[in-house]
Formats: sequence, C-alpha cells, structure tokens
Amino acid sequence: MNTDAILSFEEAMEKYDPVLGFEVHVELNTRTKMFSSAPNVFGDEPNTNVNEVDLGMPGVLPVVNKTAVESSIKIGLALNCKIAESCRFARKNYFYPDTPKNFQTSQYDEPIAYDGYLDVELSDGTVFRVEIERAHMEEDAGKLTHMGGATGRIHGADFSLVDYNRAGVPLVEIVTKPIEGAGSRAPELAKAYVAAIREIVKNLGVSDARMERGNVRCDANVSLRPHGRERFGIRSETKNVNSLRAVEHAVRYEIQRHAAVLEAGEPVIQETRHWHEDSRTTTSGRAKSDADDYRYFPEPDLVPVVPSREWVEELRATLPEPPAARRKRLQADWGYSDLEFRDVVNAGVMDEIEETIAAGASASVARKWWMGEIVGRAKAADVDPGQLGVQPATIVELARMVEDGKINNKMASQVLDGVLAGEGTPAEIVEKRGLAVVSDDGPLLEAIDAALAAQPGVADKIRGGKVQAVGAIVGGVMKATRGQADAGRVRELILEKLGVTV
Amino acid sequence: MAAINRDDVAHLARLAHIEMSAQELDRMAGELAVIVDSVKSVSQAAGDDVPATSHPIPLRNVFRDDVVGHTFTAEQALSGAPDSEDNRFKVPAILDEA
Repeated sequence: MNTDAILSFEEAMEKYDPVLGFEVHVELNTRTKMFSSAPNVFGDEPNTNVNEVDLGMPGVLPVVNKTAVESSIKIGLALNCKIAESCRFARKNYFYPDTPKNFQTSQYDEPIAYDGYLDVELSDGTVFRVEIERAHMEEDAGKLTHMGGATGRIHGADFSLVDYNRAGVPLVEIVTKPIEGAGSRAPELAKAYVAAIREIVKNLGVSDARMERGNVRCDANVSLRPHGRERFGIRSETKNVNSLRAVEHAVRYEIQRHAAVLEAGEPVIQETRHWHEDSRTTTSGRAKSDADDYRYFPEPDLVPVVPSREWVEELRATLPEPPAARRKRLQADWGYSDLEFRDVVNAGVMDEIEETIAAGASASVARKWWMGEIVGRAKAADVDPGQLGVQPATIVELARMVEDGKINNKMASQVLDGVLAGEGTPAEIVEKRGLAVVSDDGPLLEAIDAALAAQPGVADKIRGGKVQAVGAIVGGVMKATRGQADAGRVRELILEKLGVTV
Repeated sequence: MAAINRDDVAHLARLAHIEMSAQELDRMAGELAVIVDSVKSVSQAAGDDVPATSHPIPLRNVFRDDVVGHTFTAEQALSGAPDSEDNRFKVPAILDEA
C-alpha cells in the first residue's frame, strides 16, 4: 500500500527544478547470446535456450559475440559517441538467483562507447539535447517468477521459479549525463527520450525494440533542487519502467513525491523505487548500495575488445539515415505542413507514403489516398494501415484513372474496396463493375438542360456573374447521372452554355 | 602494512555470503593485510614503462560468429538442480533484490 504524500505538479515546479538521468537497457536481436552460442529467442519453453555457459557451470569459458559488438558500436555511433580504442569486460558480483554465475559480466570502467548526445524532439518541435555518458555491453539475467503468497509479488512469496533462457542475452546499457533545464517539460522529455532511443535501435535493426517484451527497459533517475541552486538534490531511481507512457508518469510522480518530502523539511532517501502501473505510483525498493559492494574486477576469462578505426568506419558507413533527419528530409521533399506531416507520422503511414511516391504518385495524391482512404479503413478493421496490403502501384493506377477522367474520386474509392476484397486490379474492377465516367457530352448536355430548367433562378444568378452558384446545377447533373459524370467537365459545359467566361 | 580491519573483513564476509566466527574475523583481518601487501609487491617490479594490464596474454578481439550452437534440454539443464518445478529451477524466495 502506498501512502507517500505528493505535491501538485504545478506547485512542485514553482518551487523546484528537476534533474533527470536515464539508464536504458536495449536487448540486441542477435541470433545467439553475448557469451554463448545458445539461441537468443523470446518466448520458448523454459530452460531450453541454455547451455553450460549460460548456467555458469564450473570451468566454462565465455566467448564474445562479434555481431553483438558490431551492434553496440552502431548504437554508439548513432548516439554520436566516441568509440573506445580499447575496452574490456568486468565481473559485477552479487548473489541473486537470476544470475547463476553469481556475477554479471558487464563493461564497467571501459565502456565501448562514451561522450555522445541525442537531440530529442518534443511534440511542439522543440529540440532538447540529451548528453550521453556512455553505452556499454553487458548480459541480461534470467527471469524469476515469484510463486505463492497472495499477490504474486516478491513480498509474501513462498519460492521463486527461474528460467535462464534470457540469461546471457546481449544488452547495451545507455546512460545519460544529468539532464538539466527541462523544467516542467521533464516528464514529456523522459518519454520523448526513451521513444527516440527505441526508434534509433529499431532503425539500426539491432533490436526488436518491443517494450512490452522488455527489449527496451528504462530506469529513471529523478532529483529536485530549489530554483537557482547548482548542487543536485538526492535522487531516486525508478526501475524497469517499461512503457513510454509509464516513463512519463513515473517521472511526473517522482517529481511530485520528492517535492512533498522536501516541503516537509525531510531529506529524500537515495533508493530504488518500484513503479506500479495500476496505481501510477512508486514504492520504496531497497536503499542503493555503494558501487563498491559489487566488487567489480576485470573479467579474467575475456580479452580486451579493440575495435580498429577501419572497422568503426566500416560500420559507420552502414548506418541508416537517422530517424529525425529522415523525417525532416521527407517533410521538405513532400511539401507537407507541420500539421499534415505530424498526422502522417502519428497515423504510421510515413513509409507507405514514401513508397507510393517512389512508385510514381505525387506527394499530395499519396497523402490523400493514405490519410483520406486507407487509414480509416485500417481503423475500422483494427489493423495497422500497412497491414491492409494496399500496393503503391494500386494507388498510382487509381490516381491515374482519376486524372485521366476515366473514373471520379467516388468511383476510385469503390474500386479500392474491390481491390481490398480481392476482386482484381483497378482496371479489372472498373471493367467488371462497369464503372466509367460519362464523358460523352450528349447525355450530359441533356442533363444540364434539365437541371437549368429545374432551377431557373440559379441559372440567372450565374449569368449575372455569381459563378460559385454553379455548384447547385452541377449537383443536379451529378444526381441525374448517378454520380457517373465528370464533375469538372459538367461545370465547363454549364458555364459555356450560359455564356460565362471565367 | 595495508589497513584492513575487522569491520572490512566482516563486510566482505557478508557480501560473499560466508559465515565467520569472531575469532576467524580477527585472524583474517591480520592475514588479509599480509596477503594484500604481498600482492602489492608486484608493483615494485613494474617500472613506469610497464603499462597496467588486466590480462597477461597479449590477445585481443577474440570473437565468435553469431551462429547458433548446442543447447541443453530442460531436463539436462535441471539435472543438477536441488529442486525444480515446471521445467524451471525452484529457489527460496529472496527478498533482497539485486
């Protein structure tokens, strides 16, 4: 039960200045583990993706996974870090059943990447630079399930069951420098930072980056200091905050909790906090132990990792365009407004629009089809727009038919339904359904005469120069032809007939 | 003489999960100091031209290709476990989370 007092966020912000820090663990998607050739696969039967190295049997020797090192260097480069000329692993000693060796093999004093930064964009476009202290290689631990007791939580558990499939999975831990100056945007920045890290590792292809599977996990450090004071306050570290929303909420909550502690004239305790998604609060974990208690020492079973500059440059050359730079480039290329582009990004169709434009559609046509037609259908079907299987070539074909006046927009939408229903290509569906814009002027002129006769007042207005009134006549013609007429051509013919030049 | 007192030894014993009697703590405090001093004498042999190293073998970049090798079955993995349940290792509930 959580009974911590909190201050309102606004009041906390009035009195205090938050300082943040993040440790984000990224699970790499290598085929095998960091130090053993056992498979790195999520969701398999317990204790089947293990061998003697993962179980810490006596006398076994770890061997470093080359791909994991490459992935780590790529992450370092994407975070604008320096890559160490030489680095090594250490043993972090502790007793806990998730680690069968009784130590975790981790980089400590010599990380593979250090001194970087990441520019994080907030929702209104403000860019906030987060300094990266280091990114280091380590291994994941096994998974404990606490059994018995009433709540399934560790307190009150009778025993625990351990699955070592995750033990030894390669991790890169990304550590920021203290983040100052975020002010009241600290919770938003926290979320944006973790989202940016997730996007980068996904874009690099080095992690599946699925937070719900624990591929990206965040420990959030928060401290407060009175405005104007340079020295940091005492921090808390909220562990394993595992969704973007939770990161934002946890930082906000800890700011409010710290503020209440400080307002009461008490010291903040330096400790680990556990995040509870149900109540959106944290509870005290354990007091933070000194780093010395882990008795780190260099891992004697592994030799140093010395990435040659040639290797680093080779890897740099393989890096994809950074996500933020790509977004900026695409928006400029397509000429979308900020709002239009943000909608496209939020709808998750940026890649699809890019492919559609590459297939020959204009930027506005691609946007019209994806945002106007396909996103809505995807929502109705409760799938991602990309999952509907609409091919860029289909959109290009539909757009061309509309442009050529063969069909109008309304028909094109029907044709798209036919394509999604598997009835064939747009051309086949147009043929089969007998869809075609009436372009022979003869029948159109008859319909126009009828429409003008039906609304003589409107015809007079148009003759008198109120050209916008033509819509009413066009509407009548479209109705008479059951939508099969080319509205543009109808308008031309009406104006011609009434002797109005525009 | 290295300064290792009885409290240091008690702290280390606790971290290493080793139970030690009062006499053992006293004795070890003295012995550990001698051991540390002995190891320290190595640094007298190394001049300024000898860089610090964590590894005596001049090897670097010993890597393995990312290719799946052998694994145990769950039965094999658990064959040495004192207790198991549902193909998992069964351990006492431990409150001191690492």
